[in-house]
Amino acid sequence: MSARCDHDGMDPGRRAVLKGAGMGLAVAFLWTAGMGPAVAGMSARRQDADSAAAAADGNPPFVPNAFIRVDADGKVRLVMPTVEMGQAIYTGIAMMLAEELGVGLDQVTIEHSPPNDALYGQALLGGGQITGGSTSTRGQWQVLREAGAVAREMLIAAAAAQWHVEAAACSVARGVITHAPSGRTLGFGAVANAAGKLPQPAGVKLKERKDFTLIGKPLRRVDSPDKVNGATLFGIDVNVPGMKFAAVRTSPELAGTLGAVDETAARAIPGVLDIIKLDNAVAVVGNNYWIASRGLEALQITWKPGVNANLDTQGLIDALKRSSQDGPALVGRKPKGDAPAGGKRVEAEFITPMLAHAPMEPLNATVHVTPGKCEVWTGTQVPTRVVAEAARLCGIPAEAVTLHNHFLGGGFGRRLETDQVEQAVAFAKQVAYPLKVIWSREEDIRHDRVRPLYFDRISATLGDDGKPVGWHHRITSGTVLGRWLPGGMGKDGMDSDAIESAADLPYVMDNVLVEWVRHDMPPGLVVGWWRGVGPTHNLWVVESFIDELAHAAGKDPVAYRRAIMAPGSRPLGVLDLVASKIGWGSALPARCGRGIAVGSPFGSHVCLAVEVEVTPQGIVKLRRAVAAIDNGITINPSSVKAQIEGGVLFGLSAALYSGITLEHGAIQQSNFHDYRNLRINETPLVEVHQVQSDEAPGGIGEVGTAITAPALANAIFAATGIRLHQMPVAHTSLAQPDALKQVADTGNRGEGVA
Amino acid sequence: MIVLRVNGEDRQVDVPPDMPLLWVLRDIVGLTGTKFGCGIAQCGACTVHLDGKPVRSCQLAVSAVGDRAVTTIEGIGATSEGTKVQQAWLALDVVQCGYCQSGQIMSAAALLARTPHPSDADIDAAMSGNICRCGTYVRIREAIHQAATGTPAGLQVIVDGSPA
Repeated sequence: MSARCDHDGMDPGRRAVLKGAGMGLAVAFLWTAGMGPAVAGMSARRQDADSAAAAADGNPPFVPNAFIRVDADGKVRLVMPTVEMGQAIYTGIAMMLAEELGVGLDQVTIEHSPPNDALYGQALLGGGQITGGSTSTRGQWQVLREAGAVAREMLIAAAAAQWHVEAAACSVARGVITHAPSGRTLGFGAVANAAGKLPQPAGVKLKERKDFTLIGKPLRRVDSPDKVNGATLFGIDVNVPGMKFAAVRTSPELAGTLGAVDETAARAIPGVLDIIKLDNAVAVVGNNYWIASRGLEALQITWKPGVNANLDTQGLIDALKRSSQDGPALVGRKPKGDAPAGGKRVEAEFITPMLAHAPMEPLNATVHVTPGKCEVWTGTQVPTRVVAEAARLCGIPAEAVTLHNHFLGGGFGRRLETDQVEQAVAFAKQVAYPLKVIWSREEDIRHDRVRPLYFDRISATLGDDGKPVGWHHRITSGTVLGRWLPGGMGKDGMDSDAIESAADLPYVMDNVLVEWVRHDMPPGLVVGWWRGVGPTHNLWVVESFIDELAHAAGKDPVAYRRAIMAPGSRPLGVLDLVASKIGWGSALPARCGRGIAVGSPFGSHVCLAVEVEVTPQGIVKLRRAVAAIDNGITINPSSVKAQIEGGVLFGLSAALYSGITLEHGAIQQSNFHDYRNLRINETPLVEVHQVQSDEAPGGIGEVGTAITAPALANAIFAATGIRLHQMPVAHTSLAQPDALKQVADTGNRGEGVA
Repeated sequence: MIVLRVNGEDRQVDVPPDMPLLWVLRDIVGLTGTKFGCGIAQCGACTVHLDGKPVRSCQLAVSAVGDRAVTTIEGIGATSEGTKVQQAWLALDVVQCGYCQSGQIMSAAALLARTPHPSDADIDAAMSGNICRCGTYVRIREAIHQAATGTPAGLQVIVDGSPA
C-alpha cells in the first residue's frame, strides 16, 4: 500500500508538538500533521464506494453510510472499520454507533469490514485501513457517533413523514421511534425503506455526555458469547471446500536460501500430496495439517548461507554502540539555552532487546489462486495491504482479490505485517486447490518481525537541589516507520516513533537534548511494530533513569518526580493516585521493593507501581501491580480496565523473560519453553484505577504495556539495590552470592535439590 | 477406522493411529473450537476432556483415547461446571482475543468438577498450564471464584445499558 501522507508533512507537526513537550505526543498524532485533503478517511456520510459495499452486503434497504445497515425486518448490522484482536474495539465501535443510533448492544450484529481504504481508512494513520497505534477510538470517536446520528435522524424523518408530525417531536430508543404526543411507535424495519430514499440531514446534533445511555458503562463485549463456546472463527479455523494444508519451513538464517531438498521420505508418507518451494522456504502439502507437518519433518533440507551467517546478538549490540558514538545523530528535541556548568553528572547506558510477538494464534492464511483471481482468508490488521500484496504477487488488479478477514487470535503488531500472507500466496500460486498455510509456533517465533534492538546513552546534570538541569538522551536503533510507512518519516530523516515518550517528557525541564541515530538492521532482520512501539522502549529508559536520578539526589522516587512535574498536570494526577493506592512509603519485608513509573503515551496518561519480592536465589516474585489511567472520556470502563490489566501482564512477561537472540543469523528461540510467557501462578494482584475525565479519548491498547518495564526494574532496585540497564530481567543475576553458594553446597551433599 | 465419542456423538474417523487428537478434531471432525497454540503441550490452548479430565490434545495420539468420552469447548456447556464457567466468563468479560479461552475454560471446568470450591493455590495449580498472551489471568481467577461460589467477584459487565 502506498503511504498517503505528504513526505514533508511530518516535520511541522513534530516540531509543533515538541514545543509543547509533555502534551502527550503520539505517533498517530504526528502522522496526521500536514496531510492534505487527498487523505482517505472515514465519513459519517454516504461516499462513492458505499453503494458497491452495500450491494456486496445484501443490499439492505437503509444504508446511511459505511457502518450501518438496517434490514427490512429491523435488524441492525454494524460494520466494524477496524479489526478485533482482543482490544474490545468491536464493542467500543458498536457503543459509539449505537449510542447515537438509538439501539441496545443486544440488538445489533457485528460484521467485519471488507478491505476498503476509501470507506474505512484511518486518517490518523495516513488514511490506510489499519488497526494499530492505539488509534481506533481516538480516530473514530467523532465520526462514528455522527454516523449513528445521521442514521437516527433519517429514520426519524421517515417516521415523522409517515405520521405527518414534526420530527422534533419524535425520539428513538432501543430501535423504536416514538411520537410521544400521540403515543405512536414504529420499529426501524418499518421505516428502513423510506429512510433509505431520504436525503442526508445537513447537520446532526450529537448527544451531550450527560445524556449517554451506553458510553461510559461497562457493557459486555459483543464478541464474548462466541468466544466462550468455541464458535468464533479465527483465520486458522477457516474451512474452504477442497482445501489442503501446508506446513512450512523458511531458512532459519534470516536471508539464507533454500538449497537441495531430499523429498524421498516425505513423499512416502500417505496423505502427503505436494512439496512446493520458494527461494527461501519449502512447504509440504497434506490432507491435514498433521500429515503436512510430518512430511516437513521428513524432508532433508540443505540451506544455503546468506549474508547473516556470522551475525549474532552481541555483534549487533556492538554495532549499535559504535553508531551511537559515531552518529550522525538527528535532533528530536533541542535544548533551550546552554547547559549550566558544573553540577552532579549521572549517566547510563541501556540495552533493550528484540522481542517476538507470539500471538496465541500462530500466523496463517488460506489462499486460493485461480486464473485471474485470488481469494484470501486470514486475520489481519492491514486488510488493504493484504489485498495489494496478493494482487502484486498474482499480477492481477486489486479488484480481482477477495479478502475474508477474521477475528485475530492476538495481534500485538505482528498482524500489521503481510509477510506470512505473501508467502502463502506465493505457495498457493503453485497449486490449483485452496491452500491453508499455518506456521508452526517455531516458524512464528523464528520468523517474527521483531521489536527493534535499541542502545541508549542517557545522562543528566543535577542542580544543587538535585533536580535535573541538563538532560541528554541519544537513542540508536533501526527504524520500523522508515520501512512500514516511509512517508511518515520527517524530512530530516527523523523517525517520530523512535523518540516518542523520550522527546515529550512529563517533566518540566528546559535543557533537554534528545537525539536518534539510525542504524539499519542487516538484510533479512526486519524489525516491526510491537505493542507499545516507541514508548515501550523509551519509557523503560527514561523512567528507569529518572529513578536513578532520584536516588543520586537522595530523594524518594515519587517525591522527586512530583517536584519536577507541572502542578495540576494529568500525569501528576495519575502519579499521586497510584502512590496513594499502593501505600507508597509504607514498610515492606526484606528483599521486597516498590517501583513506580509514569508517562503519557498514545494520548493517555498512565502510572504503574509494581511491588516485588526478590528471593535470595534471585527469583523475582510479583506481589502487586497498581495502575492509574487517565484516558479522557471512557467508552467502556470494563474494556479499559481489561486493556490495562492485560497490557501490564504482557509487559511483565517481556520484561521478566523475553528476549530474541541471534546466532549465525538465526533466531535462537522457538516456542513457549524458551520464549517464556507469564503464567497465572506468577501473576500479581492487579488493581486498575480510572480517572474520570471530560478530555477527548486517548489510546488504551498499548498504554499498560508501555509503562511496565521501568516500574518493574525500579521495584527490583528497591528490593535489591541492583539497577537494571538491560532487559529482560532474567539476563541479570539478582541472587545474593552466599544464597547461590548454599544451593550449590546443598546440591553437592546430594540431598535431592532439583 | 477409529470411533470417537465426541460431545456425546459417535464419530468415525479414518486416520493414522498416531495422529494427535487435536488435528483429528480440527481437520477431520471439523470442531475448530479446540486450538493449536504451540504443538508441544506448553500453552494449553488445545485442552479437551477425556472422561472429564483435562488433557492436551496436541500430544495425545487418537489411538490412546480408547472408549473414553471426549468433551470439547463446543460441548462443555452441556455440563453443569461448564455452564457455570461460561456464565462467569461472560459476567466478567474475561475474554480478549479469545484464542486461548477454549483451553482456559476446559481447564477451569475440570478444576471445578474435582474441586468445587478452589482456593487461589488450587487455581494456580490447575490453570498454570494455560498461557494467555493477552493477560486475562486476573479475570480468569475472579471468574473461577465466581463460578464456584455464585458470588460476584469483580467488575460485572451489563448486557445492554439502554433504559427500558
